[in-house]
Amino acid sequence: MTYRRRASPLHAARASVACLWCAALALAAIISWHPLVLAAVLLTALAAALAAGVGREVGRFTLLIGLPIAVLFTVINPLISREGLTVVARLGGVWPVPEFEVTAEAIAYGAVAGLRAMAIIACCALYFSAVDPDRVLRLFRRFGFRSALTATLATRLVGVLAADARRLADGQRCRPGAPASRLAIVRAVTAGALDRAGDVAAALEVRGYGGAAAPAGARVPWSRHDVAFALSAAAVAALAIGAQAGGLAGFDAYPRVELQGGAGAAAIAAALAIAGLLPFVDRRGIAR
Amino acid sequence: MTVLSLQGVSFRYPGTERPALRDVDLEIADGEFVVLCGQSAWGKSTLLRAACGLVPHFHGGRFEGRLVVGGLDTREHGPGDIAAVAGTLFQDPETQIVMGSVRAEIAFGLENRGWSAAAVARGVEEAALALGIAPLLDRSTTELSGGELQRVALAAALAGRPRLVLLDEPTSQLDPVAGDELVWLLRRLNEEWGTAIVLAEHRLERCLPAADRVVALVDGAVACDAPPAAFLEWAMANEPSLATPAARMFSLAGVSPLPPGVKAARAALRDRGIEVAAPAPAPAAPRRRRPKEAALSFERVWFERRGGRAVLRGIDLALRPGERVALMGRNGAGKSTLLRHANGLLQPTRGRVRAAGRVALLLQHPGDVIVADRVDGELDPETLRRAGLDHLADRHPRDLSGGERQRLALAIVTSGGDRPAAVCLDEPTRGMDRFHKAHLAETLRGYADDGIAVLVATHDPEFAVQVADRVVLMGEGELIADGDAHDVLAGGWYFATETARVCGALTPEEGAALILAEARR
Repeated sequence: MTYRRRASPLHAARASVACLWCAALALAAIISWHPLVLAAVLLTALAAALAAGVGREVGRFTLLIGLPIAVLFTVINPLISREGLTVVARLGGVWPVPEFEVTAEAIAYGAVAGLRAMAIIACCALYFSAVDPDRVLRLFRRFGFRSALTATLATRLVGVLAADARRLADGQRCRPGAPASRLAIVRAVTAGALDRAGDVAAALEVRGYGGAAAPAGARVPWSRHDVAFALSAAAVAALAIGAQAGGLAGFDAYPRVELQGGAGAAAIAAALAIAGLLPFVDRRGIAR
Repeated sequence: MTVLSLQGVSFRYPGTERPALRDVDLEIADGEFVVLCGQSAWGKSTLLRAACGLVPHFHGGRFEGRLVVGGLDTREHGPGDIAAVAGTLFQDPETQIVMGSVRAEIAFGLENRGWSAAAVARGVEEAALALGIAPLLDRSTTELSGGELQRVALAAALAGRPRLVLLDEPTSQLDPVAGDELVWLLRRLNEEWGTAIVLAEHRLERCLPAADRVVALVDGAVACDAPPAAFLEWAMANEPSLATPAARMFSLAGVSPLPPGVKAARAALRDRGIEVAAPAPAPAAPRRRRPKEAALSFERVWFERRGGRAVLRGIDLALRPGERVALMGRNGAGKSTLLRHANGLLQPTRGRVRAAGRVALLLQHPGDVIVADRVDGELDPETLRRAGLDHLADRHPRDLSGGERQRLALAIVTSGGDRPAAVCLDEPTRGMDRFHKAHLAETLRGYADDGIAVLVATHDPEFAVQVADRVVLMGEGELIADGDAHDVLAGGWYFATETARVCGALTPEEGAALILAEARR
């Protein structure tokens, strides 16, 4: 999953604002347990990804990583949780597994936890696909120049080494006879990685990294998209925090499943989705 | 005014006895375009690394003498300081790109120097405009081709308007079109900005016409420092492997002075009343040839990427046993993809590939097939002896020179119980000097003499002529020409040897015979 520049309002927004917007959406998923709100966050992230031209990448990542986690939570929680009043099955009872009860509440809790994980993963995938890491780096360089740079370069080296690994795998497939031992390949990969790291380090040196000074900040006027996404992030965060504080979107799984808020929770979920997606309506000035 | 000055510079890498540089005295003035040449491991890269401060600050080792770049003594200033006066570009663009977008990449060096945001933005814009990469500024660096990446790396090196730019074989991974463009871009920047250029290159025919001076290194010492024409005279007398094909042609024909480029060669011939040949007719269109007993054949091979373009479009190509074929075309034409189909690394989405036996494939990076810690850990003594590597049996493969490593890798992929029906090589001459190219060509001819078909993807027309009796030209995944090397390479401009561009003859020997015949008429 890598950043690709696309003509979209989210890509056109400044990194700090785009970052905040993704964080606000993730925050809503982190602090809320109401399935309607979590579903709204998940759908908002996926719809935003579509509107930003990265729907395929974000959808795929969410399905590949998020869905198995959600299924795992849904399956595992009923097996380890001893809470809940509505017994739906009695399992075990055969040595060495003692008898235990599976409750509907534990299944519901696992499913909501899975939904929450999926929503957070979708927000992260959207961030990685639509927020320019170079601009984020520039943002953080003002506070911790070398740390931020080192982190970015390590990330860069991961890509270089991944390409090297693909090449090495192809090279090994070109060898006749029995494949080389795993140990020999590990040694070759390690030596290659060290060579590569040396090359990248030399490139950094000649680009002045050794004598690096903290870059000066720039004043860039706020665009319509900066303003729209900043307002959207504020609205999403306010809705999530307000709903939580006001008890409008609470969820209790034990001892019985209880959804608080009723129609209010549905309204919060709808408002959150609308607030999150509104900035995508304005598509003026999005290409670069 | 001197921008680079070396006085009695000698250098040894850590753990080695042999000096990489020996008592080098050299002065380069502002605005000069200097080409640095010499065989592999004769000190070109080390000299450039010394000039940018990597030697000794990054590599360590024993350094003697004095080296001053733009007024900065490298004994006191490291690469970080020197970066302000000298931009550096290495061979492999992939390891030089450190940021995610082109704009951030060009800005990186300027930000390291603490420039204001406005100055950085201006520097980025100017460098991008100068190198013609403004449309790429917001592209991700992972999406760029090799040629584009090299331009971006050059823009990053030039962004601070350094007084000196050091380039270590920057065209070795580029096709002839991109390589020529890069050299002429350097000449333009040299003329318009007054930037001094020091360019290390093996393919001198590409850069001599742009050069003011040529410095030849032999075993780490400066053996010649002269204008291009005088350098060629020296090379013919002392190091013929460094002479360009046109110079060798003139020398064989007894014509002097030796020409530094095609234009000078044509002018010299015209002055002597020798008619320069008209361009040869267009090469034959590829025709479907299916020999009865093909060693390797591609039959209507298509390779279509899922959700992407068709990289190969119905390729029909068959090689007879013992046939030597050069596959040429610009970067992205589909050469590497076709070779990967030969031994099954890739499967065609339509069509099929047939081989009369095993197909040995050597990819672009020979180190990728080598895994052992010692050379003799890879091959048995007899195979090593046949490959001429038995004297290196106890060495670590990473300590071998580029040419030796390639020989080892080639021996590995062709070894094993069954003799291969075909040997395929992908860009085997990248960064290789003329001497090692000739050796490789001889090895490949040896395979062909044993009845093994040889298919070589290359950007190097001189090497193609040395190694192949048939040349196939690819473009956009299709075969656009297929015929005898003379037919395909004599009439082109980019895909043609230097002597072909001068007089239509493929090799210096043929050219000299042609000139002598014309002169007698």
